[in-house]
Amino acid sequence: MTFACIHVPNFPLAAVLRAEAELRSQPVAVLEGKPPLEKVLAVNERANAIGIEPGMTKTQAELCRELVLRPRSPMQESTAHAALLDGAQSFSPCVEDSACDTVLLDLAGMESLLGTLPGLARALHQRAASLGLEANIAIASNPDTAMLAARGFPGVTVIPFGKEVEWLGPLPLKVLFAEQPGSNGDQPQRKQRDQAERLLETFERWGVRNLRALAGLPEIALSERLGQNGVHLRQLARGAASRTLVPVEEPIVFEEGLELENPILLLEPLAFLLNQLLEKICARLASRALATQELQLTLDLDNQPGIDEENENFGIPSESDDSEVPQLKQPRYFVAHRKSTFTRTLRLPLPMLDARLFLKLLQLDLNAHPPGAPIVKIHLHAEPVRPRSMQSGLFLPPSPEPEKLELILARIGSLVGETQVGAVELLDTHRPEGFRMQRFTTQSAGTNQKSADQDSSGREPAVMALRRFRPALRAAVTLESGLPAQVVCASKKEVQGKVLWKAGPWRSSGDWWEREAWARDEWDIALQQAECVALYRLVHDLLGGGWFLEGTYD
Amino acid sequence: MSSAVVSTSAAQGRPFLFDAELPAGVCSPTAAPKKPQLLSEIYPGGITPASQLKIRPAPQMASSGIASLDALTGGLPLGCLTEIFGPASSGRTSILLAALSAATRIGQFSVLVDAGNSFDPQSAASAAVDLDKLLWVRCGEDSPQKRKKTSDSRPQGRNGKTRHPAEERIEQLLRATDFLLESGGFGLIALDLADLPLQSVRRIPLTTWFRFRRAVEHKPTVLLVLEQQPIAGSCSSLLLKLSRQASPFSDATPSAKPAHAQLLTELEIDIEVVRLRLGSQNSDCGLPEAPRKPVSSASTTFTSATAWR
Repeated sequence: MTFACIHVPNFPLAAVLRAEAELRSQPVAVLEGKPPLEKVLAVNERANAIGIEPGMTKTQAELCRELVLRPRSPMQESTAHAALLDGAQSFSPCVEDSACDTVLLDLAGMESLLGTLPGLARALHQRAASLGLEANIAIASNPDTAMLAARGFPGVTVIPFGKEVEWLGPLPLKVLFAEQPGSNGDQPQRKQRDQAERLLETFERWGVRNLRALAGLPEIALSERLGQNGVHLRQLARGAASRTLVPVEEPIVFEEGLELENPILLLEPLAFLLNQLLEKICARLASRALATQELQLTLDLDNQPGIDEENENFGIPSESDDSEVPQLKQPRYFVAHRKSTFTRTLRLPLPMLDARLFLKLLQLDLNAHPPGAPIVKIHLHAEPVRPRSMQSGLFLPPSPEPEKLELILARIGSLVGETQVGAVELLDTHRPEGFRMQRFTTQSAGTNQKSADQDSSGREPAVMALRRFRPALRAAVTLESGLPAQVVCASKKEVQGKVLWKAGPWRSSGDWWEREAWARDEWDIALQQAECVALYRLVHDLLGGGWFLEGTYD
Repeated sequence: MSSAVVSTSAAQGRPFLFDAELPAGVCSPTAAPKKPQLLSEIYPGGITPASQLKIRPAPQMASSGIASLDALTGGLPLGCLTEIFGPASSGRTSILLAALSAATRIGQFSVLVDAGNSFDPQSAASAAVDLDKLLWVRCGEDSPQKRKKTSDSRPQGRNGKTRHPAEERIEQLLRATDFLLESGGFGLIALDLADLPLQSVRRIPLTTWFRFRRAVEHKPTVLLVLEQQPIAGSCSSLLLKLSRQASPFSDATPSAKPAHAQLLTELEIDIEVVRLRLGSQNSDCGLPEAPRKPVSSASTTFTSATAWR
């Protein structure tokens, strides 16, 4: 049996650095607690080098000017933990969620699939790095040994079978009592910590300072003094403890978020942050061989008094995502500070996994629907689906690439309007304009075989088309004996004159059982124009009255 | 291709060696390679001599959906700009629908960029256009950009003058066409400018049409433009003029039948080929070689029938 452990040291700091990668080269400290009693929870090496230590107050830490202070973020830790699980589950189906900073994997049978153990350990390390986490990796013959090694040794460690005592020997006893990061509020955990401190004190009195010394203690004597707990600790120190993993079966949630210290005012910096979140989500989806078909962007807005209303990107925050036209003007001062949420959902016709494409689509969408207020929190959720598997035929005509097409449609939609571009779906009605626009995709039905057969056998004559006037042109019609004899169209001056030829009326009606009932007489008429005779469809609305030119035959 | 080869060789100081010019046993005086490198070895795909650069390979043709037009021109050229012009009721849209039908029924995706928003889906369905494979872009005056720009009633031009609504539609059409040509993958891209005022359409710079021609070149796409008068100048490879035959709707010959006994059933449409510049393809369809000047004798007719006939 082979087990691997992924441990992220200094987890609250790692979560912050994962969200803000540019801080890796600076001294950073993570604060915890309620103002004004905030204390330093975690620091990186650079901060440590300039004298910042956990436990210092915020006021003390602020004396160092180059130090970057960040509050502890449960949301960033949650997404970092989810990313850690994603990385582990991309290697093994049996993963135990041991702690928020530690994950155990059962690697039984994986060597033939994923290569040798050192190579596997390096691959795990690289995967964690690609997810933005600097992790320690350890591989051993039992899970507890792997966990102790991951907590104690930096980087990648592979412990050969039977050499556990030698490898674990130099580690301090502290690794046996690793605390959950920042978990100091719960009563049971406090009790556990007190017990651990007592045991450490006892071992200190005995002169036992590392695992080798603990492993060398006689088992019966240890049992007489410390009970079963002491025996278990000795087994752990010898690398002989054995247990089965408890696999995690959490629902797969792909979410990334960012809490902003200073509100974002413009869409350009927002795009920069969105790019970071999208890349992380795409990396997590890719690690599970998944794609997404729906992205939901939620922005927490902060409507503070004195917002500059001249900014074009600002408008009244639309409470719902259905509002098409955001208002661009808002009162200069709000009466009180209030928060609101702005949500946009990006639905894709096909499963896709391209962070750049998602970013461009979100940018276009946000340009069309600006949030309208400063943004204090960004939350991105991706709905996972299986990636599309499609094999195109060699002899099929080329079709637009789905990713490119989606981007082009979004761009054209921002140009002419979202509802003005797409495919047409005819409705089952005789009502004029009986159609609706729908999303254009390349995943429609295949070649119409019947039509293709028709083409090979013999062509049908060309069909005379109607070119519609939208909206229909109101016309003044002079009747002679109840028939149109003269037409004058005020809005289109070239359409006027004596009716040279007419056919009709063709009467139709429908929807009389609804409020939108319609009834009309259609005439096909010929009018003399400058160069030629043009054919028009003239309609007499029988319910509303009035004559309209509906289009021209061409 | 040839000029690139020469300039590269000149920049690298290499001698120019052509297959036919290299005498046996003669090596380059400057370099001392063991074996002289021939251009045919550098470019195994072959080199077109400069003397033959003027001969452009004939484009492939796609069916227009109208037998008589296919017989006249061979169809609509792929990778080229085709213009169809004529007055109202001259059958331009009938040809458009026939071409869309022919393209979609063989599984190709097509686009109609409709500047006048005049496309009638029912007519298209009657013409057997597969509407699932047709992307319809409806240009309009109520675009999001216009809403965003200003609260004024009409948009302003560059010089501060009020812009004609048609100009905004044209701008939308041109930008959408740029996007679509860049995307690729469409068998037919049709631009419908037939309903826009001629003076607005003529303001489209000729460079735009050159850009479109370059963008569609070497792509398996037909770029079709419907209009009242030709506007793309020499950029179009195929220019068709449509007109209706002697009208039966003349006032001079009043029908004896009452109006309710009349029925609009069909129109006879004349097609005249004004320009056909397709390289060696011309000889296949019986037209003179390289007809850069207008062709006056090539014409045909077709019948455009109503859906209820």
